[in-house]
Amino acid sequence: MSVFCEVPQAAPVAVFKLTQDFNNDPFLKKVNLGVGAYRTDEGQPWVLPVVKKVEKIIVHDDRLNHEYLPILGLPEFRSAASKIALGDDSPAILENRVGAVQCLGGTGALKMGAEFLRRFYNGNNNTKTPVYVSAPTWENHNAVFANAGFEDVRPYKYWDAEKRGLDLAGFLGDLESCPEHSIFVLHACAHNPTGTDPTQEQWELIAEVMMRRKLFVFFDSAYQGFASGSLEKDAWAVRYFVSMGFEMFCAQSFSKNFGLYNERVGNLTVVARDADNLKRVLSQMEKIVRTTWSNPPAQGARIVATTLNSPELFIEWKDNVKTMADRVLLMREQLKAKLQALGTPGTWDHITEQIGMFSFTGLNPKQVEYMVKEKHIYLMASGRINMCGLTTKNIDYVAESIHEAVTTVQ
Amino acid sequence: MYSFFSFKHSHPHHYSPALFLYSSWWGGVQMGPPDPILGVTEAFKRDTNPKKMNLGVGAYRDDQGKPFVLSCVRKAEALIAAKQLDKEYLPIGGLGEFTKACAQLALGADNEVLKSGRSITVQTISGTGSLRIGANFLSRFHGGPRDVYLPKPSWGNHTPIFRDAGMQLKAYRYYDPSTCGFDFKGALDDISKIPEQSVILLHACAHNPTGVDPKPEQWKEIADLVKKRNLLVFFDMAYQGFASGDIDRDAWSVRYFIEQGHNIVLSQSFAKNMGLYGERVGGFTVVCNDADEAKRVESQLKILIRPIYSNPPMNGARIATTILNTPDLRSLWLEEVHGMANRIIKMREQLVAGLKKEGSTHNWQHVIDQIGMFCFTGLKPEQVERLTKEFSVYMTKDGRISMAGVSSGNVGYLAHGIHAVTK
Repeated sequence: MSVFCEVPQAAPVAVFKLTQDFNNDPFLKKVNLGVGAYRTDEGQPWVLPVVKKVEKIIVHDDRLNHEYLPILGLPEFRSAASKIALGDDSPAILENRVGAVQCLGGTGALKMGAEFLRRFYNGNNNTKTPVYVSAPTWENHNAVFANAGFEDVRPYKYWDAEKRGLDLAGFLGDLESCPEHSIFVLHACAHNPTGTDPTQEQWELIAEVMMRRKLFVFFDSAYQGFASGSLEKDAWAVRYFVSMGFEMFCAQSFSKNFGLYNERVGNLTVVARDADNLKRVLSQMEKIVRTTWSNPPAQGARIVATTLNSPELFIEWKDNVKTMADRVLLMREQLKAKLQALGTPGTWDHITEQIGMFSFTGLNPKQVEYMVKEKHIYLMASGRINMCGLTTKNIDYVAESIHEAVTTVQ
Repeated sequence: MYSFFSFKHSHPHHYSPALFLYSSWWGGVQMGPPDPILGVTEAFKRDTNPKKMNLGVGAYRDDQGKPFVLSCVRKAEALIAAKQLDKEYLPIGGLGEFTKACAQLALGADNEVLKSGRSITVQTISGTGSLRIGANFLSRFHGGPRDVYLPKPSWGNHTPIFRDAGMQLKAYRYYDPSTCGFDFKGALDDISKIPEQSVILLHACAHNPTGVDPKPEQWKEIADLVKKRNLLVFFDMAYQGFASGDIDRDAWSVRYFIEQGHNIVLSQSFAKNMGLYGERVGGFTVVCNDADEAKRVESQLKILIRPIYSNPPMNGARIATTILNTPDLRSLWLEEVHGMANRIIKMREQLVAGLKKEGSTHNWQHVIDQIGMFCFTGLKPEQVERLTKEFSVYMTKDGRISMAGVSSGNVGYLAHGIHAVTK
């Protein structure tokens, strides 16, 4: 009798199942608007030219080996990555109260932060502290915090489906009424899945309430540079909160902005009150890392560190990032223009007002099903599309299909 | 608690006066204890004695005391670079070619388990990641007792890994300090008392930290007893190939248990045997009753992995796969692994010869009988302290030395030092 005979079949992770179904579909004009990875106008993955260059440098450098990294990761990666988020001249960095943990992608950074908070935040080992994630949010946020032991993961109002924009009043209302010390997961920019970010003025209002009500700031920054094309612009919210004096975490991912998806390059930036607190926090982070993965993978961190720490390569990288951001912006413009030209019912301004890789089209589940089953256009049940899946070659087909879905399916 | 930093007055907002009196969230966070093994390396780095030796952390060194990047690894890297592959996310369970090759390496390519599809292997973040996923899986799905029985002693990180996953730790006798060998009777005695369906962790080969492995006949008795007690076997195999130099010989215990009908779970690491330490290459395998069960287990492993790191890193797995699946690279690898194991064995012999030459009258046979990277010298903490203070030889307090840190250039010095503190 097997010990595992009772193990039930788990449901597959939706976004990966979508890609699997897409791959298995023989339809010639099929389009994958599901998983969040950048594609060129030929619909191909894109290894950034600067990454190719740096990989060559690494593979030919005989001084490099495959020895273990320190538990907290490659030092030159951690410091460069934190500088990217906070700015070179960040007062917090100059005051030696910023540290970091190299992690496995943005997911790993969220995981480390969550595990630390569960052990040490709000009265030690307090699993009852509410963790608020936006409604909607990246589907893995819930699981990361729940698996770290938090018993109470709740939504905060965010997306207003009717007006297809930010529900600021609802958001602020939740901030005002939640228990003190609650943890809030904030999307630094290019909100996933809605693509709708607070404006600077709105961020200021959010920050004021969070400071007053002693709420914990946990930023998820997966698209810096990728959203607007500007690193500084995409980091504005994070830097504003730092300037306001918050102690906070920022989970950074280099999957998208470096195209290093499968090398799992992430960084948990920790901003503490002072160097002493930072030191103790990092010492405890080490213990958590040690029982999860011991030390992080070297390759991706090396690529990023080499790039960020070289003036020429850094410029080349920013250029590559802008290339990706610009193509997305172009697809947004064109999709909106085509829907308007088709006379598709509804307003489509949100397509260009939203930012980053994703757009919440507003298509309802039935319309989404129509898109997938009848038109072989794969998107998430929420109506989320990955703009990167659009190309000049398929955008007409997609626009026409959306038009059909909206006009024939209620 | 005051903070004296200045704000950027770039926007017309008042700042809450409470800010300046606001203490840190982390005021109550204690300083974590230093990692005992890494602490050894830190102290070693600070030492200015030119004859210093670092026998702490378990990473292989060549006879010049340098890290060793295997030729097969460099060749594999060149092949991979030429392919210009993309960097798309791997599946949650990892690179398919890797998990297949990984399982074949451990079980043997013609193993009935693999042919029937009744096992599942997922790519993990090296050995630690594998143990952690395994521990999480057991914690969630194992209906038996929460207890995991470790050999006494075991790798220091086993305990916190299982504990963090929600399991409880117990021990069975393993190392006999009076012989510096295997306490076979003690092990059998303890194992015979383990409650049914508990989890027992076994080091497949090259036990860490003692270097003491059961002989095949002893493994057979253990397998028998474990079956009688209906225990769930968790194999940790971090040194396949690295122990004896022969990958099949080092995997013998794992294959034997499976043959005897144990549905084991298995952690594998490629850190040492391929020198891929920092690339974090490992696998976790669950042997099930049938393919259907394996599918269900796989689906649950993915659910466990996703909220930790989503999917594993590509680079190391790609290198390992290329080596395992390219015939001449595989042959080269087997040669190089054999070479590493041989150098260790030679150092063991030279150390014992050196001690005899120094005039030591103690029995040092265990240094040769033990296998793998580590040697439990039998030195007591006070002797270890003297060895460090007087000779700048750095090792862990339990008397463990990493043989990889020994070279033909310093083995004489080491023998001299050990003799000095034990005569």
